[in-house]
Amino acid sequence: MTGFRLPSGGQIDRSQPLSFQFDGTAMTGYSGDTLASALLANGVRTVGRSFKYHRRRGIVGAGVEDAGALVTVGTAGRSVPNLKPATVPLYEGLVATPVNVWPSLEMDVRALHQWIAPLLPAGFYNKTFTWPSWHLFEGAIRRAAGFGTAPSAPDPDRYAKAHLSVDVAIVGAGPAGLTAALALATSGVSVVVIDANPRPGGSLALTDPAWAREASATLSRAGVRVLTNSTAFGLYDHGLLGVVEQCAPPGAELSAGRVRERLWLIRAARCLLAPGLIERPLVFANNDRPGVMLAQAVRRYLTVYGVAPAQRWVIATVGDEGHRCAVDLLAAGLDVAAIVDHRAAVTSPAVAAATAAGIPIEWQARLTATLGRRGVEGARIALASGSTRTVACTGVAVHGGWSPTVHLYSQAGGRLAWDDARAAFVPSTPVARVETAFGWSVGEACAAGAAAAARVAQAFQRSTVAVALPTAPPADAPLQPLWEASGAEASAFVDLLSDVTARDIRLAAQENYVSVEHLKRYTTTGMAPDQGKTSNLPALALMAAATDRTIPEVGTTRFRPPFEPISLGVLAHSRRGALLAPSLTLPLAREHLGLGAEMEEYGRWQRPALYPRRGERREETLVREVLAVRNGVGVFDASPLGKIELTGPDAARLLDFISVQTLSTLPVGRVRYHVMLTETGTVLDDGVCARLGPEHFLLSPSSAMASTVATLLDELLQCDFPAWRCLATAVTQGWAVLTLTGPNALALLSALGTDLPLSTLPHMSIATGRVAGLPARVARVSFTGEASYEIAVPSTAAQTLWHAIWAAGTVFDLQPIGLESVLVLRLEKGYLIHGVDTDGETTPDDLGYGGGIARKASDFIGRRSLLRPEQRRSGRRQLVGLTPEDGVTVLPAGGHVLLDDGTPPSDGWVTSSAYSPTLARPVAIGLVADGRARMGARCQIADGDRRIPARIAALCAWDPEGRRLHG
Amino acid sequence: MKPPLLASRIEATMHLIPCPYCGPRAEWEFQWGGEAHRPRPDLSADDATWAQYLFERRNTRGPALERWVHRYGCGQWFHLVRDTVSHEVLAVYGVEDRPPDLVVEPTP
Ligand SMILES: [Zn+2]
Repeated sequence: MTGFRLPSGGQIDRSQPLSFQFDGTAMTGYSGDTLASALLANGVRTVGRSFKYHRRRGIVGAGVEDAGALVTVGTAGRSVPNLKPATVPLYEGLVATPVNVWPSLEMDVRALHQWIAPLLPAGFYNKTFTWPSWHLFEGAIRRAAGFGTAPSAPDPDRYAKAHLSVDVAIVGAGPAGLTAALALATSGVSVVVIDANPRPGGSLALTDPAWAREASATLSRAGVRVLTNSTAFGLYDHGLLGVVEQCAPPGAELSAGRVRERLWLIRAARCLLAPGLIERPLVFANNDRPGVMLAQAVRRYLTVYGVAPAQRWVIATVGDEGHRCAVDLLAAGLDVAAIVDHRAAVTSPAVAAATAAGIPIEWQARLTATLGRRGVEGARIALASGSTRTVACTGVAVHGGWSPTVHLYSQAGGRLAWDDARAAFVPSTPVARVETAFGWSVGEACAAGAAAAARVAQAFQRSTVAVALPTAPPADAPLQPLWEASGAEASAFVDLLSDVTARDIRLAAQENYVSVEHLKRYTTTGMAPDQGKTSNLPALALMAAATDRTIPEVGTTRFRPPFEPISLGVLAHSRRGALLAPSLTLPLAREHLGLGAEMEEYGRWQRPALYPRRGERREETLVREVLAVRNGVGVFDASPLGKIELTGPDAARLLDFISVQTLSTLPVGRVRYHVMLTETGTVLDDGVCARLGPEHFLLSPSSAMASTVATLLDELLQCDFPAWRCLATAVTQGWAVLTLTGPNALALLSALGTDLPLSTLPHMSIATGRVAGLPARVARVSFTGEASYEIAVPSTAAQTLWHAIWAAGTVFDLQPIGLESVLVLRLEKGYLIHGVDTDGETTPDDLGYGGGIARKASDFIGRRSLLRPEQRRSGRRQLVGLTPEDGVTVLPAGGHVLLDDGTPPSDGWVTSSAYSPTLARPVAIGLVADGRARMGARCQIADGDRRIPARIAALCAWDPEGRRLHG
Repeated sequence: MKPPLLASRIEATMHLIPCPYCGPRAEWEFQWGGEAHRPRPDLSADDATWAQYLFERRNTRGPALERWVHRYGCGQWFHLVRDTVSHEVLAVYGVEDRPPDLVVEPTP
């Protein structure tokens, strides 16, 4: 008989039934159930099919150690794949579906996996499928093998992040963690306790749940925060603990405003790790058959959930836990056919209780195999006498010993030591800021918790209080490890979730993957959601046996975060969609949209790309906007341009140090184009610098580089030249800048009303005064090739200026110009864009700015590097113009430039290219080897296999004399 | 023209850095400024000396002297001694100060 609900008992609320669905079937459970306990109570044995071999799997454990079968919970955007049923709290309306069931959970696909299985030995990803062909099998293997599927729709729920700073974070609220928390509760240090379960207590649920409840209440009264349903998944540097709190069960509908999961980043001065023990399974033939469960998990289902997973049991054990399980089963009214104990007969209170209950015990015996079709129907036992017995049973409880949960300790850098008596790896080396507390029994755990608390308190020069301890069962007799109970059968599993068998481990040894790191990767053991919790030690032990080494000689891998799988949603928390990388908004964003602007992101700024009119195609808009600037006047928003003000007697000196050009000779009121280099002599940025006063400069880096340049200036002033008297202040967002550009720009600016001496303001100058009644700085600089006036006003005055410009602009047929049109205008002039027309190798000479450097007196960043052979060699790529021979083909940006016969190697590439409305022909610029010396030379531009004949031309295609700038 | 999306800083960094002006703050508020105490050769340096300045670092195993700036905080630069093995922060000192005694500065 399969599982059922016991008539009474358990810590569930039988007055609150819950209905749920599994694999399309309606079922009921109770409040307080997990999905696993409810499935067992409904008689479900096969919960899923295995990763590679498609074998039936059921519930194995009662917590994170449940490595039996994974399920998907929830539907559509709320579906969460690959959950362990024992970690999912039951709720009304829960919908769970098995993972990896094809064609269906119950359909017999033996015929299929019989021929797939031989194709999937250990290391199958590493081996070449030479016969007959991987592709022939790929589809079938992919359908039959694998884990759950990703949600089909976006996750509709909210996730949150919280920070917490505490003196002590205690991980685990079992006997050790609770004792430690109570001991520290009134000591004056701040404490947070983290536990994965809905209720604190851990194994106390089996021994003294009342004490755990009272401890919780005491902690709550003392103001100690206990985070339940919270998994500490990683312990990082400097005491940073990553915790995911499950605020609502997976897949459940959320009421408005509620959060599904919360990422806690807890910075703890001390971490007290008390995560308890994980029970180990046993390796024997068909140890994965539904009905085989861990012994303490069986006890938990009986005691905590009032569920009998099966009626008639055989217990296979290497220690006393199996005997306790047998006694509990009997007490629940179930049958125990036999306890199969690997040890020579021992005496202990647990053994005595089993004996007194009349349970047959087979000493020095091994359970070697289970039998059955859809689940366990019998067990084969090798007796001490050497004979074999087969026993009918529907459940097998196994106990292979205990492993301390060392994941977080190991993540933090702790080394493990082999404890031979307990056959387990235990924490050994001290780790800064970390205390560990675990014990092999409730009593030992409490003592360890109290001792760890005392060490923590001492670090804070406080003292702990004595704690009244819970009822502690008597100590166990020693265990005797058993790493493999049967011979070479194929179906003895080491890692159920990864479908790794004992034979796979031996295959790895045979193929010389004997290092523990290779073993893990070759067989994939410990890599599935189990993360080695149950599989780690059996795999190591089998490798040790296969290579005639001891287990500590094989060693263990360092555990890495996360301890348990965590959702991507909680790692992203609020940073989704528009909040992933928020854009910067212009002060005039609404006004631009009002004019029909198409906004695009340029270097994090949302800027108008174009202002298309109704029915206009993109190319038509470009032509109209460009010609408006060439023939009349346009306005564009230049606010994102970087603005750094430098003041002080050493400002000019600093500018000379960061610039290729000599900026200290710039007269007040004038503007100079300049180039900044990195220390390796390549171009860092270009821009203009204006001198507002003898000790007052305004630097305009490109908008993309503004913060980099500001950081560089800060570093120079603070670290390298602390004695220099200069202040550098980034004021980019403080100013809104509207640029009037075109032959009528001057007339429009005059019409706005200004006290500036416009008629005497030459190209490359700046003046401060009033425009349209507003305080303004007006710079006459140009990025379009037409006379241009950049009007900068405080960004709070942006709207006023905007409306004034439009009021005055009507008679001039003023048009708004998008950035895409500006980029065409500058390309016609051959003005470069840093990072588009330059790259990490471009020097000032490559751009034609090498001429004046020799005359500059002082050193500057990158200067020495310009003298290196690499920067002085011939054949460097130089920025030049490119023109198609046919006069109509727009050259492909990025297309390689091939000189001479048009064959590789490449001589450079096209960096920017467009159709020029002004010239009614294509224009392009690019970096070409020795380009300036090859003016007029024929070349071919590669566009895939196509070759476009072109010529090297002057960089500037429109008004090369610059008459329009000065006009 | 559109640059790639700038992924915002995630909490991939875990150190707790003691800003000398603000106190301990999470690493993601700071920006690393590279190895500290590297005198810049003047223009007369030969190619080998200059190349060494540009491209060679001590790559210390153990206590490393570094520049950091509290970028998303007070904006101040400072020096940090960070053990590159244990990740412990051993000392913090001002930008104009010499390294504290606990560090034996290796020869470049
Ligand atoms: Zn600071």
